[in-house]
Amino acid sequence: MKEDPQLFDYWPYENRPKIEWPNGAKVAFWVAPNIEFYEIDPPLNPHRKPWPRSNPYVAGYSIRDYGNRVGHMRQMRLLDKYNIRGSISLSAALCEHHPEIIEMCLERNWEFFSHGIYNTRYTYGLSEDQEREMILDAFSTIEKHTGKPPAGYLAPALSHSPHTLDLFAEAGGIYTCDLFHDDQPTPVNVRDGSKFVSVPYSLEMNDTIAYVVNKIEPRYYGKIMRENFDRLYKEGADSGTVMCIPTHNYQISCPHRIRAFEETLEYITGHSDVWVTTGKEIADYYIENYYDSSREDIHRKSGDAL
Amino acid sequence: MDHDRYDWSMLTDRPKVIWPENKKLALWVNVCVQFFPINQKGKPFIPSGGLTMPYPDLRHYSLREYGNRVGIYRFLKSFDEYSIKPTFALNTRVAERYPYLIDLLKERGDEILCHGLHMDALHYGGQDIDEEREQVNRSLDKLRELSGQDVIGWISPDRSESENTPELLVENDVKYFCDWVNDDMPYQFKTKNGELVAMPLSQELEDSFILLNNKHTEDSYVEQICDACDFLIDEAEEQGGRILSLNIHPWMLGQPHRIGKLEKVLEYVSSKSEVWSASASEILNEYSRSADS
Repeated sequence: MKEDPQLFDYWPYENRPKIEWPNGAKVAFWVAPNIEFYEIDPPLNPHRKPWPRSNPYVAGYSIRDYGNRVGHMRQMRLLDKYNIRGSISLSAALCEHHPEIIEMCLERNWEFFSHGIYNTRYTYGLSEDQEREMILDAFSTIEKHTGKPPAGYLAPALSHSPHTLDLFAEAGGIYTCDLFHDDQPTPVNVRDGSKFVSVPYSLEMNDTIAYVVNKIEPRYYGKIMRENFDRLYKEGADSGTVMCIPTHNYQISCPHRIRAFEETLEYITGHSDVWVTTGKEIADYYIENYYDSSREDIHRKSGDAL
Repeated sequence: MDHDRYDWSMLTDRPKVIWPENKKLALWVNVCVQFFPINQKGKPFIPSGGLTMPYPDLRHYSLREYGNRVGIYRFLKSFDEYSIKPTFALNTRVAERYPYLIDLLKERGDEILCHGLHMDALHYGGQDIDEEREQVNRSLDKLRELSGQDVIGWISPDRSESENTPELLVENDVKYFCDWVNDDMPYQFKTKNGELVAMPLSQELEDSFILLNNKHTEDSYVEQICDACDFLIDEAEEQGGRILSLNIHPWMLGQPHRIGKLEKVLEYVSSKSEVWSASASEILNEYSRSADS
């Protein structure tokens, strides 16, 4: 085990080659609804308990089902209102459990990226072959139900192995949401040498982190999201930045929280030079236009680290 | 006291400290630049801000590295905008890993102090003294070499010490350390190898303590600092110079939604005519000069 996963090289956030987003936008803005399926009685993983109590853990399981039964339509209507196409972080098994949700998102040309099979099946403890099998299983399920393979990956429940990103790149993926080291896309070192990138997905702006981990009040969450945007917008004049709001229908779509989210979408989309887009479009655009120059700049600045 | 590390005295019983130009409040902005290895052993405990998920915890590893590659560059711009003189406490591993960053800090000429090897190289009660001696020695030697500075200040990773840490610091020519939080002003700390100065780096006002530990809002962080600033200026009018120490982390306040809060604090504090922004060792020097006169 090394001290550094060696997935990204040091790259100071100053004087980087300038990113210009389409139509001169300063910020690439995307919303990533996590549409997840948690099992009521998942197989046990010795490295992580799926639920804090004995199964069935009714409160935990049922609020997540609430997200799909009640919350989804609320968030989808809101994104429709502001002409935002969601980039779905999808538990692939949901394709089979709730095809009607997939259908509605397909009609809207939303993006589907992989978030594993179930959010209760972790990467921990899997052999490399088992993990590859899990990644390919989710890959083919998503392709079968949506017509396209996923381009991006957020490992299920943010559980990783040392090979997670290598395996996803080898499956044909082009971007990851698993790294929180930057506000711009960056090249990621994967073993097949493909042009694979990190698209900023902001853990800090993630509703579950805000509400469950950081215990933030709803309107204050709205406020810091707008402040987050303000800074990225200001800096985006020098070189394009990325802002993501990762959401969960069991969090953001609750009646007492959705207003803060709506006010934020209203505020952000009210700015003219914002590229409202999806994860894959950001990855494609970056790879096409900036991947090579980024690599060169990183090489110039990373020096001879010990 | 139940130990012989220092002479006990009440803050109000000491001679008044006079800062340069008769300023009332010395502002010490201390930036902790840290490396959290992804192969964390957590021996004998996981430090505050450390990794919490099973290996490999890409989530927290990459969030902490965010500070070293993005957050710190936001800090530098903010300091320059408000003419703040910062002090940088570096894990030596940061200086080894990021030549670009250490070169930039050298060029700026800001004071660098040693924050141990890295965040998983803790000092702790019961630690083997030879192991710790090697740890202290390596951290300081390497940082002195890479920074080109004398490096006379020290903060232990997570402020954790063994019973021998102060002796080992003196052995390695450290003049002041910042782990103890029992005062608002510097004081003499006794070791078997001679004296050290304990510098008052507030933990209660630290960004991660308020935001991560206490789960207060960013707005409340700003209020708390501004209130402390006002109070300390008032107290200084009556009792002599005081210190406002802000210990901050680029991985915490360097986030896009938080950097504006740091700027608010710096704007408020630097607008006060009573405030003197200085590095840790400048504050220590002026304190010693004032105490001697």
